[in-house]
Amino acid sequence: MKKLKYALYTGCTARESTPELLKSTMSIAKKLNIELVLLDEASCCGASHLQDFDDMLSLVLNARNICYAENLGLDMVTICNTCQLNTAMTKERLDNDEELKTKVNEKLKEVGLKYKGTSKVKHFLYALQDDYGYENIKSKVVRPLKDINVASFYGCHNLRPSGLYKENHENPYKPTSLDNLVLSLGGKAVEYESKNKCCGFHVELQNPKTANLLSGNAMSDAIDNDADIMVTPCPLCHLRMDVQQHNISRQMGRDINIPVLHLPQIVGIALGIDDKELGLHHNVTKVGIV
Amino acid sequence: MNKITFKIFRFDKKTDYLPHYDTIQMEVNDGELVLDVMNRIKWEHDGSFSYRRSCRHGICGSCAVKVNGKGTLACKDRVRDLVKIYGTQLTIEPQDIKRAYKDMIIDKKNFWDKYNDVQPYLVADIDEFPKKENIVSTKQNEKIDEADYCIQCGVCFYSCPAVEVNEDFLGPASLVKAWRFNADIRDKAKEQRLDTVNDMGTGIWDCVKCNECAESCPKEINPINKITKLHNQVFEYGKAKNNVAVRHAVGFKWSIKKHGLLDEGELVKYSEGIPAVAKHIPEAVAMFKKGKIVMPWNMPKSKNLDEIKKLVDISSTTEF
Repeated sequence: MKKLKYALYTGCTARESTPELLKSTMSIAKKLNIELVLLDEASCCGASHLQDFDDMLSLVLNARNICYAENLGLDMVTICNTCQLNTAMTKERLDNDEELKTKVNEKLKEVGLKYKGTSKVKHFLYALQDDYGYENIKSKVVRPLKDINVASFYGCHNLRPSGLYKENHENPYKPTSLDNLVLSLGGKAVEYESKNKCCGFHVELQNPKTANLLSGNAMSDAIDNDADIMVTPCPLCHLRMDVQQHNISRQMGRDINIPVLHLPQIVGIALGIDDKELGLHHNVTKVGIV
Repeated sequence: MNKITFKIFRFDKKTDYLPHYDTIQMEVNDGELVLDVMNRIKWEHDGSFSYRRSCRHGICGSCAVKVNGKGTLACKDRVRDLVKIYGTQLTIEPQDIKRAYKDMIIDKKNFWDKYNDVQPYLVADIDEFPKKENIVSTKQNEKIDEADYCIQCGVCFYSCPAVEVNEDFLGPASLVKAWRFNADIRDKAKEQRLDTVNDMGTGIWDCVKCNECAESCPKEINPINKITKLHNQVFEYGKAKNNVAVRHAVGFKWSIKKHGLLDEGELVKYSEGIPAVAKHIPEAVAMFKKGKIVMPWNMPKSKNLDEIKKLVDISSTTEF
């Protein structure tokens, strides 16, 4: 198999509040022999909030991030659903609107860059599914997630709007990529209705009640369907569901207590990577499965 | 022909204490719509089965239901396509079972109330005897985008998770309508509408950005895109208030200019202000213990930060 190589756009959380995401991503990539080149020049994607304030600025900054992947001649992979959405949406708009692309490139020219549209942008999950292949991952599993009920929580921005993600072959109403990954790691995939629902992260500051109810409803659904752990490809969902369990429990009036892992963490566990390398000690809710 | 098992929600508010489900098996051909199935249930199985329908052409917006939880305009979605997603067991329910009146018929008062809140009509001085045509150019009309395609079916509203847990939230359909008239050059009530949609707890700042409205809209209106445009217009008209949500949006710019990356701790502090930020202490302590808080002196910065600073300076279009 040809060695896969991508430009990795880490986003901000992986460098700050979820260091375990970057650690585990790099360690599974190494184990799977996938080369990830860190885009250290990249800026924040604006997280869908900068866009509300200044759309043009957000387009220019996101286009600049893509330029760095293009200059390496590599496709970009993301490890945060919201980075993925904002980057993919920028790409979609620029690739389909010459006038807008010219406007953005006028700005980028001032710093010696040019957006061309030559690099694809996909979440790492879909690189594993479509480029690497779950069968290949399965063949490298040394510690199957045997008898562990894993509730996949997909996060909104990898699924919707699905028009952006035609290549992923994922139906936003019945996503399968993460569940199939869990199966290939030897785990049991929990069937529950809330797997494609919203965690409420984006209103956490201005409306914590909405955020806690949305996370709480999804987590209750997972727990009530016998999940032992939850897994998510999105660090923002993770920050809500791992860190905020005390607030969620209070809002829900029931005890919400379940380990929540990042996608590369469960892959890493099954590949036999050391806990420390996967940053399991950074998870706020104790991970008791290993 | 596919043999499909339908579970149909049945309830009559006048006589029933609780709803029940009827199970009906039917052969359904490839061209049949959910509405065709509902018609057949009424005509072939149970004449008392009730639902709203009229045009059968995706215009009147009356036949929306949910199939396996997915918001569906019954005269647009084919059973075949739903079977591809969910398999051959389909559950047909009203848009909001809590508001069921009879079977698929719900009380849509909450939808219409929100709709009416945004003055869903043109506010303009109309000269009844104009001397010349009042022409709106194609270019000027483009700003409205697809916002005037809305058929008030309620699919986005009853699929919106923010509406589900926050009954005060205006919801996507009403915000689309607000944009419909706020993008209209003839309209004179833009500022009033912006005041309405800018309120905390009810307006644009309470959208959770899940994009389900964009996914579910049968007319492909992309409501969240219109909500973003309303956000932009709030800043354009100088209507943004100095509150947590606005500071949260604006704070990204300052952080990006300073570090390239987002300074998460600083953003929370800047958005919440002091002393409100104190309520985050329990999480901050838990995160600190787990090595999840970056100290200011260790704050990572993007490489080539000068480029980012320059781009922020020359590309900014909005002030706050």
